[in-house]
Amino acid sequence: MADTQNIPDEAEVRAKWGDFKFTPATQKAANREIAKYPAGRQKSAVMALLDLAQRQVGKDTKTQGWLPVPVIEYVAAQLDIPYMRAYEVATFYTMYNLAPVGKYHVQVCGTTPCMLRGSDDVMAACKNKGMVKGKTTPDGLFTLTEVECMGNCATAPMVQINDDNYEDLDYDKTTAVLDALAADKKPKTGTQINGRHTSEPEGGVTSLAAMVEKNHDYRKEW
Amino acid sequence: MSFDFLQDKDRIFTNVYGFQDAGLKAAQKRGDWDKTKDIIKRGNEAIIEEMKASGLRGRGGAGFPTGLKWSFMPKEAPKDKNGNPRPSFLVINADESEPGSCKDREILRHDPHKLIEGALIAGFAMRARAAYIYIRGEYIQEARVMEAAVAEAYDAGLLGKNAAKSGYDFDVFVHRGAGAYICGEETAMIESLEGKKGQPRLKPPFPAGAGLYGCPTTVNNVESIAVVPTILRRGASWFKSFGRENNHGTKLFQISGHVEKPCVVEEAMSIPFKDMIEKHCGGVTGGWDNLLAVIPGGSSVPLVPAAQIMDAPMDFDGLRDLGSGLGTAAVIVMDKSTDIVRAISRLSYFYKHESCGQCTPCREGTGWMWRVMEKMRDGNAEIEDIDTLYEVTKQVEGHTICALGDAAAWPIQGLIRHFRPEMERRINERKGSDSLPETMEAAE
Repeated sequence: MADTQNIPDEAEVRAKWGDFKFTPATQKAANREIAKYPAGRQKSAVMALLDLAQRQVGKDTKTQGWLPVPVIEYVAAQLDIPYMRAYEVATFYTMYNLAPVGKYHVQVCGTTPCMLRGSDDVMAACKNKGMVKGKTTPDGLFTLTEVECMGNCATAPMVQINDDNYEDLDYDKTTAVLDALAADKKPKTGTQINGRHTSEPEGGVTSLAAMVEKNHDYRKEW
Repeated sequence: MSFDFLQDKDRIFTNVYGFQDAGLKAAQKRGDWDKTKDIIKRGNEAIIEEMKASGLRGRGGAGFPTGLKWSFMPKEAPKDKNGNPRPSFLVINADESEPGSCKDREILRHDPHKLIEGALIAGFAMRARAAYIYIRGEYIQEARVMEAAVAEAYDAGLLGKNAAKSGYDFDVFVHRGAGAYICGEETAMIESLEGKKGQPRLKPPFPAGAGLYGCPTTVNNVESIAVVPTILRRGASWFKSFGRENNHGTKLFQISGHVEKPCVVEEAMSIPFKDMIEKHCGGVTGGWDNLLAVIPGGSSVPLVPAAQIMDAPMDFDGLRDLGSGLGTAAVIVMDKSTDIVRAISRLSYFYKHESCGQCTPCREGTGWMWRVMEKMRDGNAEIEDIDTLYEVTKQVEGHTICALGDAAAWPIQGLIRHFRPEMERRINERKGSDSLPETMEAAE
């Protein structure tokens, strides 16, 4: 935990976020989350509400968003739980940003399956764009984080940027994705190999060939 | 090749690659939600017996028989302190975070209705009131697909009151995680569902007695639940016809690392390793002579050297006999270009990062093991340090509440068991092979 960031709770943060409130749209989504759990168990929705809050902060700041202390306090009050109960959830799970991030949060998977397929090159491509691990670029565009296995191992290496995955990367493909994002374009998500659809073997399926063209019903062959 | 490969007609996840739509209409055309009512009409006991007979073992890693697990749920609802009956819950573990595993993701985003239908049937069989699908936070698009599929099922009357006209009321909710590997452990998942830090609970009480909100709960893997409707449609004997005794059924294998074409593929259990790689992955990079070692079941199981894995059947017992395990069937292949010590050290870093910090041996041990592994990488250690490292892994293993401590220890133990000469070579090389051991000089 030594490399954990300090959580900003100074006057400046309070001045900016002290009167944070859910927008009607966020409130609607929050109510939907709370309704998933039995009456009196609204605390179960704390993870969802923190996520919604972070997304709203993201919209306001045009970044992926983060959780200033007053926002965590607001979420805790919404659920009628002590601040500490919400705070400890925010610090325990890695997807809550406890400090501001850039417009694009570049999360490079570096765990062994990605490492074997060349995540070092993906990391190098990011660094060559001026990114430093754990830091935001001076233009506020990119924040680089090395993350643990993202579950895209059959299309490794990969990077998750905000809500989207870019898979089957190498140095050049990573650079292309980052360039497109920097130019405010929307690069194709998923695998970056031409002709590959998702996690089937590259160059053509070895099973379920009938499914490629049409929605085949195999029941007649049972 | 003598192995009978699985035929397309026997594959359960026909849309695993997502070439077709994941929505309800398309799923129904593929055979999902077909007379679900009739399956439920068979009754709780009949369904559980059929699942037991199918030989399905849990697909999340531990391989516990699924039907048996369901039978632990109470038949009479236990009463709370006010005398009111407590509901039961089904929790579906979609917190797929084990390095190498990427099968549940394909089910969630391409075949979500198999999971929802399975949730209804399984929930009915174990007399549950509702199912929570706990999806790892990083699966953002996958959770969106799942949410949409659940909404579709409600709109079509397949969930909610009188679900699928079966006369049974059942709800399915999607709960998103926020980035914590440990929440894949069943009691940590329950804690997390309750809105707390995902730190595992002591057992007993087991979840079937006191789980989510203190109510009887069963936690099942996504794949275990999603295969249920097809097994019940085609019969236990069909499912049992695949794989060796005690290792039946079909399984989603996920092959990553140094193969020509990494992929996710559904195959029959007990498929020999070499046949699987040849048929679906285009072989090992650089040919079979270039194979170094394989981690056959996700990062938590010890690696197996090339010579031993070649003809091994990919199933629970076959891999256990090699001192490893099937785990989630996440096969990580490593060829001879791999820095094997770094590959394992990176896993040690993973466990250090993911330790929840509750038990001291794991919290302190995972960090210590990673730091020593990093020294082993460039041989900056003494030969005896290998023994010390092994000893420490033994002190972590089995001394923690959950299995994360074991999972952190096993890859290192596997490395020492099979690649000790390589570790010693690095140490000797760094020292310079012609210099005398320091201890001798000190003794003079």
